[in-house]
Amino acid sequence: MKPAPALAPDSAPPPVALRNNPKFRALAWQLGLLALVLWFGWQFALNARANMQAQQITGGFGFLASTAGFGVNQSLISYSESDSYGRVFLVGLLNTLLVAVIGIVLATIIGFLIGIARLSSNWLLARLAGGYVELTRNLPLLFQILFWYLAVLGTLPGPRQSISVWGVIYLNNRGLLLPAPVAGSGAGYAAAAFAFGAAASIALRYWAAQRQMRTGRAVPVLWSSVALIVVLPVVVLWVTGFPIGIETPELRGFNFVGGIRLLPEFVALLLALSLYTAAFIAEIVRAGILAVPRGQSEAAAALGLRRGLTLRLIILPQALRVIVPPLTSQYLNLTKNSSLAIAVGYPDLFAVFAGTVLNQTGQAIEIIGMTMAVYLSLSLFTSGLMNWYNARIGAARG
Amino acid sequence: MAAVLPSYVRRSLAEPEPPPAAGQGSFAPTRARLRGRPASVVLTVISAVIIALVVWPAIRFLLIDAVWDGTSRADCLRETVGREVGACWPFIKAKLPQLMYGFYPESERWRVDLTYALGVALLVPLLLPRAPYKGLNAIAFFGVFPVAGFFLLAGGVPGLPPVETRLWGGLLITLVISFTGIIFSLPLGIMLTLGRRSGLPIVRALSVAFIEIWRGVPLITVLFFATYMLPFFLPVSWKIDGLLRVLIGVVLFAGAYMAEVVRGGLQAIPRGQFEGAMALGLGYWRMMGLVVLPQALRLVIPGIVNSFISLFKDTSLVLIVAIFDLLGQLRAAFSDPAWATPSTLFTGFAFAGIIYFLANFGMSRYALSMERRLRPRETRSPD
Repeated sequence: MKPAPALAPDSAPPPVALRNNPKFRALAWQLGLLALVLWFGWQFALNARANMQAQQITGGFGFLASTAGFGVNQSLISYSESDSYGRVFLVGLLNTLLVAVIGIVLATIIGFLIGIARLSSNWLLARLAGGYVELTRNLPLLFQILFWYLAVLGTLPGPRQSISVWGVIYLNNRGLLLPAPVAGSGAGYAAAAFAFGAAASIALRYWAAQRQMRTGRAVPVLWSSVALIVVLPVVVLWVTGFPIGIETPELRGFNFVGGIRLLPEFVALLLALSLYTAAFIAEIVRAGILAVPRGQSEAAAALGLRRGLTLRLIILPQALRVIVPPLTSQYLNLTKNSSLAIAVGYPDLFAVFAGTVLNQTGQAIEIIGMTMAVYLSLSLFTSGLMNWYNARIGAARG
Repeated sequence: MAAVLPSYVRRSLAEPEPPPAAGQGSFAPTRARLRGRPASVVLTVISAVIIALVVWPAIRFLLIDAVWDGTSRADCLRETVGREVGACWPFIKAKLPQLMYGFYPESERWRVDLTYALGVALLVPLLLPRAPYKGLNAIAFFGVFPVAGFFLLAGGVPGLPPVETRLWGGLLITLVISFTGIIFSLPLGIMLTLGRRSGLPIVRALSVAFIEIWRGVPLITVLFFATYMLPFFLPVSWKIDGLLRVLIGVVLFAGAYMAEVVRGGLQAIPRGQFEGAMALGLGYWRMMGLVVLPQALRLVIPGIVNSFISLFKDTSLVLIVAIFDLLGQLRAAFSDPAWATPSTLFTGFAFAGIIYFLANFGMSRYALSMERRLRPRETRSPD
């Protein structure tokens, strides 16, 4: 070993060649990458112009104002063939949101039930829930959509041989028929009574919690809430002479009139989306509940809380912190997966816009760009919401 | 969420209760498991009824009432058989070549089988933790096998006549797309994840944007992007094969998801490993390549298998852009009037369902067992 050369205490560091300077290298790498990306973007733009000229497509969003000229079999807003492509976009977007929102509600309910059933101390029930999760999770969603649409709903009898549930709900190969509420004059009073009842029971709950904090005595709020939310509107309905009628679907000739008709495409998509997502939600719920240490429920039992109260006051609030973030990403997945509607012909955003409108106009860049932008902004909005929630939970934890 | 905790505290001792009678004796655990509370009995009965309503008809349909031999739809009709008819297996037998190979020429199908055999021979030792020569094996599977498989399937070399990709179909397409997706998305995902965690702001911004864009949109829009929009961005004279376009879309999509999987592994590597590598004088690429990534990638094997499961399921979406994988061929087989019987649809779905279920369930069990195997490694204290 050579003895280390003695360093002069205040000599300047030896000069570093520019190509070895870390700052310069970092800058050079990044500028090089940026230049490459920009060059690719420029080439793409040039190619796109050349391709569109070759196929005689005029670019731009002018097509949104031109007449669509095709019908859509389900629309939440008024729509006719003479409306514009822009209107079609809106119709599709609303249909996507409709199936996504109902699907999310159903999937959450089924998912929580299955997830809790999987943890049940009842051996058979836990196995049954486990079997459901494994079966639904391991089959492709498109497979399930097609199964419900072709094999289950497609082989139902025609309207005249409909499957009837108590003579108010009918199921046949043209869809699911449900009774529709019809509001007469004076129905507003009942609605107001309902709103009042809901507000009053929230206030009651708040007051009960305050009182329990002060005195330690719990006030049962369940039955008074039921009275406020259910009984009060019913009494108001009775006083005003039942202005709300129920229109049940009726068979006239070869088809049904009245009631609400859900398209078989909608029913199949909704069933498949909610059953599929429910399996993932069940696993999330299970993991969330398992993440709460056993000592928590034992301590609750030691304090004398019943099983239901333990679940509601001790386990769920803690489990929800773990459950909510992955749950939101499942909601997002469900919304994105609703684009598979195109396989059965439910007119969602993707099917009518990226499907039919793209076919008619050929403006692939604008249409696919817009469709991707819609889904992307939904995703970014949700993940923004999630970051906010996580920050809040983190703050609450201290 | 019940942030308000009751501040009430009981001031007197509760009366002690006698020990529960049911909790004593040597048979107590067994009794508790079988009987439980009255509510539990009700749940047991309900579960048993559901199982009886689902499982028994399924067994009857698939096995007992099923028709096993036959050559045409007539053999699966109730009038001919003279009893309730379950699954019509002759339908599957007749359509099996299509479901497995699509329209791949019959004389060349040995090439598909050979590719499968090669894949299995290379993949199984790679997945078994005890098998030796992991490095060589990985190079053979990820580097040599894709090239060999491509020439075997597509042909175009002496001795192997070319087979156009639009003739490919069925399970072949399902496997080709999911394997290509995984093999190519792995390096892409590693690059993206390194970019996302790098200290260079422009690199990081570009990686994050890329990952979030593909993860934020449904796969079907990506497939449409690749099929209808991508050709606009390429020179006018380029004609890209339909399958290749779909593969590009799948790789971009899967790469973004793979980046997140790899990121999980990278985050699990202790800081000391990075610092140790730097202290040894390794530069960035050698630190990552020799020290960090080998550990991180081992940790994410379960994640990679899970991505593969998702991809295997998602591959069915290509039927929307007119490429007929297993599900697409099944749908095409349904529309054959020569096999239209009341049980054709259920038979077809049962067959494809069994294939998908066995494959995915098997893979997820493998991922689980790997996860258990890897766990002690993570928590072992440094000595």
